[in-house]
Amino acid sequence: MPLNPALKKVMVIGSGPIIIGQAAEFDYAGTQACRALKEEGIEVVLINSNPATIMTDPEMADKIYIEPLTLEFLTWVIAKEHPQGLLPTLGGQVGLNLAVQLAEAGVLAEYGVALLGTPLEAIKKAEDRQLFKRMLDEIGEPVPESIVVETVEDAVAFANEVGYPVVVRPAYTLGGTGGGLAGNEKELRDTVSRGLALSMIGQVLVERSVAGWKEIEYEVMRDGAGNCITICNMENIDPMGIHTGDSIVVAPSQTLSDFEFQLLRTASLKIIRALGVEGGCNIQFALDPSSFNYYVIEVNPRVSRSSALASKATGYPIARVAAKIALGYRLDEIKNAVTGKTSACFEPALDYCVVKIPRWPFDKFREADRSLGTQMKATGEVMAIDRTFEGALLKAVRSLEISNACLNSPEYQTLGEVQLKERLRTPSDDRLFLVAHALQRGFDVGVIAELTGIDRFFLMKIKEITDLAKVLSEVKDIADLTPALIRQAKLKGMSDDLIGRLTGIDPEEIRQFRTGFGIKPVYKMVDTCAAEFEAATPYFYSTYDSENEAIPTSKRKVLVLGSGPIRIGQGIEFDYCSVHSVRALREEGIEALIINNNPETVSTDFDTADRLYFEPLTLEDVLHVVELEQPEGVIVQFGGQTAINLAEPLARAGVRILGTAVEKIDEAEDRERFERLLSLLNIPKPPGRGASSPEEALAIAREIGYPVLVRPSYVLGGRAMEIVYHEGDLINYVKNAVAVSQHHPILVDKYFQGKEIEVDAVCDGQDVLIPGIMEHIERAGVHSGDSIAVYPARLPQGVQDRIVEDTCKIARALQVRGILNIQYVYYNDEVYVIEVNPRASRTVPYLSKITGIPMVRLATKIMLGRTLRELGYSGGLAQRNSFVAVKVPVFSFGKLTGVDTFLGPEMKSTGEVMGVDRSVSQALYKGLLAAGCSVPRSGAVLLTIADRDKNAALPVVRGLAGLGLKFYATRGTARFLSNNGIEVAEVNKIAGGSPHVVDLIRSGKVNFVINTYNEGREPVRDGFQIRRAAVEHGIPCLTSLDTAQALLEVISFLQSGKETSLVALDEYGR
Amino acid sequence: MRAYLALEDGTVFQGEAFGSDVAHSGEVVFNTGMTGYQKILTDPSYCGQIVVLTYPLIGNYGTNNDDFESKKPWVRGFVVKELCDYPSNWRSVMKLDEFCRKYGIPGLTGIDTRALTRRLRNYGTMRGIIASGEQDPEKLVKAAQGAPSISGQDLVRAVSTRQVEVWGEGPTRVVVVDFGAKSNILRSLVRRNCTVYLVPAWTTGEEILSYQPDGVVLSNGPGDPKDVMYAVETVRQLIGKVPIMGICLGHQILALALGGDTYKLKFGHRGSNHPVRDCETGRVYITSQNHGFAVEEKSLPESEVVVSHRNLNDGTVEGLRHLKLPVFSVQFHPEGAPGPMDSGYLFDHFMNMLA
Repeated sequence: MPLNPALKKVMVIGSGPIIIGQAAEFDYAGTQACRALKEEGIEVVLINSNPATIMTDPEMADKIYIEPLTLEFLTWVIAKEHPQGLLPTLGGQVGLNLAVQLAEAGVLAEYGVALLGTPLEAIKKAEDRQLFKRMLDEIGEPVPESIVVETVEDAVAFANEVGYPVVVRPAYTLGGTGGGLAGNEKELRDTVSRGLALSMIGQVLVERSVAGWKEIEYEVMRDGAGNCITICNMENIDPMGIHTGDSIVVAPSQTLSDFEFQLLRTASLKIIRALGVEGGCNIQFALDPSSFNYYVIEVNPRVSRSSALASKATGYPIARVAAKIALGYRLDEIKNAVTGKTSACFEPALDYCVVKIPRWPFDKFREADRSLGTQMKATGEVMAIDRTFEGALLKAVRSLEISNACLNSPEYQTLGEVQLKERLRTPSDDRLFLVAHALQRGFDVGVIAELTGIDRFFLMKIKEITDLAKVLSEVKDIADLTPALIRQAKLKGMSDDLIGRLTGIDPEEIRQFRTGFGIKPVYKMVDTCAAEFEAATPYFYSTYDSENEAIPTSKRKVLVLGSGPIRIGQGIEFDYCSVHSVRALREEGIEALIINNNPETVSTDFDTADRLYFEPLTLEDVLHVVELEQPEGVIVQFGGQTAINLAEPLARAGVRILGTAVEKIDEAEDRERFERLLSLLNIPKPPGRGASSPEEALAIAREIGYPVLVRPSYVLGGRAMEIVYHEGDLINYVKNAVAVSQHHPILVDKYFQGKEIEVDAVCDGQDVLIPGIMEHIERAGVHSGDSIAVYPARLPQGVQDRIVEDTCKIARALQVRGILNIQYVYYNDEVYVIEVNPRASRTVPYLSKITGIPMVRLATKIMLGRTLRELGYSGGLAQRNSFVAVKVPVFSFGKLTGVDTFLGPEMKSTGEVMGVDRSVSQALYKGLLAAGCSVPRSGAVLLTIADRDKNAALPVVRGLAGLGLKFYATRGTARFLSNNGIEVAEVNKIAGGSPHVVDLIRSGKVNFVINTYNEGREPVRDGFQIRRAAVEHGIPCLTSLDTAQALLEVISFLQSGKETSLVALDEYGR
Repeated sequence: MRAYLALEDGTVFQGEAFGSDVAHSGEVVFNTGMTGYQKILTDPSYCGQIVVLTYPLIGNYGTNNDDFESKKPWVRGFVVKELCDYPSNWRSVMKLDEFCRKYGIPGLTGIDTRALTRRLRNYGTMRGIIASGEQDPEKLVKAAQGAPSISGQDLVRAVSTRQVEVWGEGPTRVVVVDFGAKSNILRSLVRRNCTVYLVPAWTTGEEILSYQPDGVVLSNGPGDPKDVMYAVETVRQLIGKVPIMGICLGHQILALALGGDTYKLKFGHRGSNHPVRDCETGRVYITSQNHGFAVEEKSLPESEVVVSHRNLNDGTVEGLRHLKLPVFSVQFHPEGAPGPMDSGYLFDHFMNMLA
């Protein structure tokens, strides 16, 4: 069926901010979809609240709305734009839910908008547990037996029928609290009675347990004519019981014979047909490791995280094809964009092995519960491709960029056998490393298989690595190395660095040794067809084999380094920047090469760059590509800290770094050199310096006065950074939190609680273009990534001039060619520099969008030798437009139990949204709404304010009182407020007994919480429990009075009856 | 132990030996299926061929007592990137290495199978020889050049049953002419309530009809259809007398019997992912394929047969339907094994013809 000619305008819903469980994959999917639609001459209307996305770029859609993803705003856009169709299945669960809401609210019918692709009934059948079960029963596909019970006896009767163990899930509790696995009747009775008590509706679901079974996924596509294909299957290395987003996954399946493979494939096709999906769909199965028995666990009737992975693993553009199907094309009418010849109606054949490993945020959240289960905790993931499993696995491990990525962490050495067994039994983020350690300790593979449920096949593969590691660790001298041994190590995926660590030989020496014997990787193509057809895709991976297929062209070429997995502090913003840099290179007629390893991203789409190398971002892996391609330079400014950290070692290896000189990057990043530069430029910074002993730290603090900001000098990104108010706390910090030594000094700086100001600028060595100045709502002390940012900053003219002047001075002094970011604090009429980043920052997409100045493109072209003037820009602060843009951080605290939500100098947010309007309060309202914070017009506030903040809190509380809000407060705060004439209801602290402050939150009587930080981080403290309770009940909890002040302004705006307006991206410049 | 694969064009791949240490020559072909190696090894259609698997990790689930498509493996040699030495699957009874040794199949592992595949794709299938131990590569190349071509050998005679076998006990009587039939064809018929008489390839038309069959299936098998002209003659005798379904080689033989012609493909279709369009419904099915020859469309008598199925990738003929008689055939494998069972409906279609 050809395209419906009545379809002229189609709306696409994005997925909003990055949160755990919903990352960059939907930018990738949405971008592909938008392009697929535009190719057909269709006008695309896009709505997404996340500015750090490629899909919200002007060329991706005809009309772009960076607005909150709510029913109200979507309806508004539909009323204004009148699209004929809506594509609901490419914006993740958020997009899908909104499409369902629009349909159910009658909006689609009212405006005559057709739901394209998978019909609503299919979505409902897959999403509604009861309908889903009924459908599967009808077609004879098995689901785990389950029953909803209201009594313990019914649960026991059911368990006696299906057998133990069973899973108990209370209905309507948060985060699965009260549920669990019951292995016998006694455990069942306990769990069910507890669950019944916790459930709001007195029901629990009892289900046959398939824990320990193999978890297998299929990515399936179906068109409107009923043609069905499977794109790929995937096997979770971790068995059932761990969320697939938290599982290490391999594609294709490794331990399934053709019979099992086809059994589940046939079931997948049956299910997608029965559902009537028109587009992509993901189906998860549990397969008994010792029979053909299987169960259908879940179906996602949409493009998902797994489909992004399947796309990158196979080269098959699932989102693009799904979009074409939604327009009415049949699979066989769509071309396979990879081969350019064959049709999209085929099943990819892989001739390599793909491994995905999740990236967890536990390096940032040390206090979080690291065990893995049904609640996903990873923020991102990496993927690696190789012709051996071991190669892919170790490449993926390298790509994670985590410090414990070794096979034998010293931490594990101290574990006793019982402890080690217990840790193997409990799934956690480091189980892979624990397995490797146990193997090295000589644990039997069978024992580990028993404890972990991981198939022996995978354990034996890991054993291959650890066995070889043992052989290598016996080599003590380069003279004992043989080419055969190195070749073997390379086939097993070991880096020079790892071999170096095992043998004690300098990695550079190993590199010299092996290149002397010609041991270096070749590159193979990901072509969807296992070389059966000639393909034109420029998508490569390295492997140690004989034939190289990546033959460099004779064109001018530049390599862009990507940013790796999404993690806290390094998110999708950097993928946005990398993609823009690639586009700028292509605009300049230069072949753009990219290295990245994040399967969720636009940068790793096969047609983003001229050539994609899907590789870890380590010196060795990057150098291999550089040696093959011989690019004229490497761009390191856009891949976050990952890329910038490679600048120095690459330069040392003789690679030309484009843009700002490596020596100048070092000057910006090396604290001492940078301080010298600032004093030379006469630009002040907060007083402070490095201390190499606890005594010295205390002396510095005494000299500069408390509060002080302390942090280790050797970690980046705000890790282990704290604001210390008293000497006692500083002693505690230097004694317990970080080990201070000569080799690991800590930095002690004066902490100014002033207004934080941030600037991104582009410089060609002479002219400095400042697209805009942003201010942070929260005072310095809250990590800039966790603060609400406002553009343009509201500053006195003199201060603004000072910032422009200082920015220009610093940029020129560092001879910046490209982009830089500077953070200032404005305190007591003085402007201090806090930090300079000689690279793109997280605010670049946001600032580029609101100002319309394509910073990354300009910076990239400058690196190629162009000047700002040539590019049509002049220096200085750009003229602002009439809009205000607010960037609001988004957190995923609900998914990370045990994490304190208090905002401080360590970054905690996972994503961000943008609100744009004509005034700050309007933009803030949109931003907060988009961030999922429902701002109440009235109601009650719970206040627990630390003593040192009490006076400062008074104006905020008075303001809220003036707007008619009611207050609850714990004793100290309540007394303080009463004394100041504010009416307040006192509530018990937790120790005071029920009903106490946490009960109050649970009761739903308060609309939000203002809780400022009291020292002491132990989770038992009231503050922590209050904050966690607020998270778990979805109530906004503000830990900064500045945020509270902003909220006050928004409530005041809402009460004023004034309206927000709908603003399209193309209106910003007007 | 060292092992070699030498091709007639002079290319020599050196890797590690597994399986049997005999030297074998054959036509080197690649299969892109990611699972199903035991079924591939035991598929009689691979008789005379050295099979290269493009998927690099092979042997992961071992070998078992069920996944036999005939009584024994028929491939002349087996080439993989990495052989798994510690299979893991509940049905596994023997490592692939032992299996190959038991059945006398020489194996080669540790070579760049993708480079080999690209060579075969670019220059077409070639003769080759697999040999282990100390070898002179030049001599091996000569040996490869001297190996017999796939055409001209009556490979069917080697793989066909010598005695009549009876499978199942259903009411529908089907004779399967065994040119190298995969067991799953027989199982697919037995599942549909047939009594199957598996007869040797050289059985005459008269003998076949003496079973009073409700229908006849012409099975898959190895080699060039023009090497089994006796079978073509048999089929001529059957057309018009009994409903016929042809599969793979059976399809080519049927085409020849109807007056059509066949030709050799550059590197054939071997794998589990080939899209085929049913020309009548427009629907596309993912099929399992294993053939090096194809039916020439232009050669078919227009008044008698139509092309019923077509390959979506290269447009080649994938199925025939007689316009007047209950006779049809497909180039692909509706029985899968290995590969998808999406086109299993063709067996139902055949059963309907017999009713």
